[in-house]
Amino acid sequence: MTIKSVRNLRRISQVVFFLLFFWLILKTNFDVDLSPAAGAEITLPYPVSIALQFDPLVALATLLSSGTLYKGLLWSLLILIPTIFLGRFFCGWVCPLGSLNHWISEIPGERLQRKGKRKIESNRYKKYQRIKYYILFFFLAASVTGTLQVGLLDPLPLLARSLGTVVLPTTHTAAIGLLHWISSWGIAPLSYAAQHVYDGISLLLLSFRQVHFHAILTLAAFFALILIFNRVHTRFWCRAICPLGALLGIFSRFAIFGLEKDESTCDQCGLCLLSCQGGDNPDVGAAWRQPECQLCLNCQAVCPQGSLKFKFFPNLKAGADNPASTQKVDISRRKLVASVAGGLVLAPLLRSGDAFAANSDPLLIRPPGATAEDDFLARCIRCGQCMRVCPNNALHPTLFQAGLEGLWTPLLIPRIGYCEPTCTLCGQVCPTGAIEQLTMKQKVGDKETAPNRIGTAFIDRGRCLPWAMGRSCIVCEEWCPTSPKAVYLKEEITTDRQGNEVRLKRPYIDPDLCTGCGACEYACPVVDKPAVYVTAVGESRSATNQVLLQKGARK
Amino acid sequence: MRRREFITRTGRALAVAAVTGGTGLFFHDREKKVGEELVWRARDFAVPPDSKFPVVAMSRNKDHLTALRRALDAVGGIGRFVQRGEKVTIKPNIGWDRAPEQAADTNPILVGEMVRQCLAAGAREVVVTDVSCNDPRRCFLRSGIKAAAEEAGALVPLPNENDFVRADLSGRLLTVWPVLKHFLETDRLINMPITKQHSLTSCTIGMKNLYGILGGRRNQLHQEIDQSIVDLAAFCPPTLTVVDATHVLTRGGPQGGSLDDVAIHDSVICATDQVAADARAAQFLELVPDRVGHIRLAHRAGLGQIDYHAAGYQEIVG
Repeated sequence: MTIKSVRNLRRISQVVFFLLFFWLILKTNFDVDLSPAAGAEITLPYPVSIALQFDPLVALATLLSSGTLYKGLLWSLLILIPTIFLGRFFCGWVCPLGSLNHWISEIPGERLQRKGKRKIESNRYKKYQRIKYYILFFFLAASVTGTLQVGLLDPLPLLARSLGTVVLPTTHTAAIGLLHWISSWGIAPLSYAAQHVYDGISLLLLSFRQVHFHAILTLAAFFALILIFNRVHTRFWCRAICPLGALLGIFSRFAIFGLEKDESTCDQCGLCLLSCQGGDNPDVGAAWRQPECQLCLNCQAVCPQGSLKFKFFPNLKAGADNPASTQKVDISRRKLVASVAGGLVLAPLLRSGDAFAANSDPLLIRPPGATAEDDFLARCIRCGQCMRVCPNNALHPTLFQAGLEGLWTPLLIPRIGYCEPTCTLCGQVCPTGAIEQLTMKQKVGDKETAPNRIGTAFIDRGRCLPWAMGRSCIVCEEWCPTSPKAVYLKEEITTDRQGNEVRLKRPYIDPDLCTGCGACEYACPVVDKPAVYVTAVGESRSATNQVLLQKGARK
Repeated sequence: MRRREFITRTGRALAVAAVTGGTGLFFHDREKKVGEELVWRARDFAVPPDSKFPVVAMSRNKDHLTALRRALDAVGGIGRFVQRGEKVTIKPNIGWDRAPEQAADTNPILVGEMVRQCLAAGAREVVVTDVSCNDPRRCFLRSGIKAAAEEAGALVPLPNENDFVRADLSGRLLTVWPVLKHFLETDRLINMPITKQHSLTSCTIGMKNLYGILGGRRNQLHQEIDQSIVDLAAFCPPTLTVVDATHVLTRGGPQGGSLDDVAIHDSVICATDQVAADARAAQFLELVPDRVGHIRLAHRAGLGQIDYHAAGYQEIVG
C-alpha cells in the first residue's frame, strides 16, 4: 500500500468517526420507532454515550475526582494504550472535533495563499503549543481536589454538548422558519417542495419537538470561537488548547512509531511543513516533535523526494543538517508546578464562594438521580447528553445557577418542561454517573421505598387563580402524578367583589408526597410566573437541603 | 474634474439615494400582510337517529372484545356508522404516560378492535390519535395504543405542532382555537373515552375527552370548564361514542397511577348520544348525572338526553 492510499484511509477514518459520533448524538433522543410492550420501562436501543466512554481524559479526570472508573470508561484504554505505542493517532484519525478543525483549517483562504518564508514559518512549531499541557495539569490538579472542570475543554464532551444543545436545535428552528417563510409566498408548488424538503431534513436530523435551551448563546459563542480560530492557525485548538491532545502527547513519550527523516535526499522544498496538521516540524533542519504529531501522514505523502518516512523504530538521531527528533513534551518545569498549584487551589477557591453551599440557588433543580452536589461536580463533564435525551426539554445548561464552578451542568427548568415520573433516560445516558441510573421503581417509589425527589412545590397564593382571583382552576392537581396526589384540594367559601358567595377548590401541597417533578408548575395557567413552583429543597440527593425533619432521615 | 466624470459620479450617488429613499417610502406605514388562514367551522359527525336501535347500549363481559362487539351490535353494528371508502378518525384518551392497567388511557384492546371493525366495514383509512398532556411519544407507547392500533392497521400520527388548524368553535365561550387537523379532515369521528374521576368536573368521560382535539393553552379552560366542554361537544358531535368502562379510575384522576384507585367493571358502552353515554358511565363513579355540571348543561343545551332510559337504553350482561 502506498503512502497516498494510507493517507486516504486516514481521511475515510476521519469521516467515518465523525459521522459515527454525530449519529450517536442524533440517537441520543427519545425515538418513537422503538415499541416496547405497553407499560414497560422505556430504554434506549443504543449505547448512545459510548463515544464519551472512549475518552481517556474523562476516565482519568473522573478517576482523580471521584475515585472510581464509572461503567464503560474502561473502554478509554483502547485509545490510551495504542497511543503509548503509536503516538497521537486519535487526534489525526479519530477525534471528531479534530476532524472538524482539520476540515475548517483546510478551506482555502488568505493564510494558505501566503508566499515564501512567511508561509513556511506560519506552520512551524510555536511556543504557544505548550499552553495545552499547562491547561491539562491545571485541570487534573483541580480534579484531585474534587472539581471536575475538564469537560469544559475536553473535545468529546465539548462537541457532544455543542451539537446537541446548539447546532441541532438551531437547525430545527431555522428549518421551520425557512419553511414558513417559503410557504408565506403562497406559491403552491414551492410550498409543496419546501414541505417535502423539510420532511426529509426532519426525518434525518430533527427531534419530534423543537427544543429551547437556556444559556445557548454562551455555548454557541464558545464553539464558534474554536472553529473560527482554525482560520488563524491550522488546528489552533488541537495544537494549543486541547487537554486531551496534551494527555495523548504525554503518552506518546515512549512511542515506537514515528517519523524518520533522510537528510541526504531532502531538497528543502518545504512542502511537508506546509501540509503539517500538528505543527511538529516534519522538515529536515528542524527538530521533529513527536508529542505534537497527529499522524496525519501528510508530510510523507507530499514529499517529492521520499525523504520522510513513518515507520516503527525510526531513527530519531541528529544528522549533519538535522537536529535530533524529540519525544519529550516541551514544557518548563516551573510553569508546570505553577499550573498544578493553580489547579490545587481552584476547588477551595470556588467553594469559598457562596454558590456551592452557603447560598445555593433555590432554582438549582438537578436531574433525578443526580448525586450530591460535591460528588456531582466531581463527575459531570457537561456533555449535555441528559439535556438532549430529555423528552420534555426539561434539562438545560446552567449559566450561573450552580456558580461558575457548575457552568453548563444540567438544570431542570419546570416552566419549560417537567420531569416525567416514569422516565429514566437521563441516568441511562450519563457517561460518568453524575446522574445515577435509576430503575423506574427507584424513581417512582412504592409502599416500601421513597420516590426520588428533586425538589418541593410551593403555591404562590398571590398569583393562584382560586386563591387570588376567585376563579376555579385545579390544573396543578390534575397534573400531579403521585398517588395519592401531592397537590390536594379543599373546598372553601369566599366572596367575590359584589359580596356573592363563591365556592372554590383551592390547592395545597403535601410535602411528604411531593417529588418536585414540576408538572404542576409546567401546567399552571399563570404563564409567565407560575402560581405553583418548585425549588430544590427536599431533594433526595442532599442531606442538608431539606425542609422536613423526617424526610432527610427517611431517605 | 471633467464634466463626464462629474455627471456619472453625481448620477450614481443620486441613483443610490433615490433607491434608498424610495425603499423607505414604499414600506412606510404598511400593514404587514397576513396570510389567509383556513378557519374550520363546526362539524356534525352524528348519524341520524334510528328508532330500531337503542341510543345507549352497555355490555358487560370479562372478555372485553366480546363486550365491545355486543354493545356495538346493539346500537346497529359498525355498518351503521362507517361506509365503504370513508376516512375514520378514532379519538381514544391517550393523555397520560401510563400503563393500560392504571386506567388513565383508553384500553388498547378496545382501540385495536374498533380499528379492525372500521376497516372491515370498508373504511379507506383509520387514524388513531390524541393531543396528549404528557409527552405524546411516551403516552402513545406506554398506553399500548400505538402498538395495538398499528397492528390492527390504523395510522397513528403523533400530534405534530405543524398539524394544527384554526377552527372557529362558535361556542358561548370558546371562539377560535387550534384543533388537530386529523379530527376535522375526516368523514367519521369515533370518540373512545375511558371513565375517570376528575376533581373539577367530577368525571371525565366522553364530552370531556374532546379536550384532546385542541391545542393551545387549554389549561385556561378550567376557569369555566362546564361551558367549555359543552361548546366542544356542540362543535363536533361524534359519529359514535364508545366508552371504556373495563377499568374505571375512581380516585386520583385523570392521571391516576395507583392500581388501588382502579375498579374493574368489564363494561363497554356504545352510544349515538354523547350526553346519554356520559350519563350512563357517570354511574360507575357513583355520580348522579343531574348533579354533574357539564352533563346537565349539555342536556339543557339540547346536545342529548341526560335520562338515558327514556332515550332508549339496552344492557347486555354476560
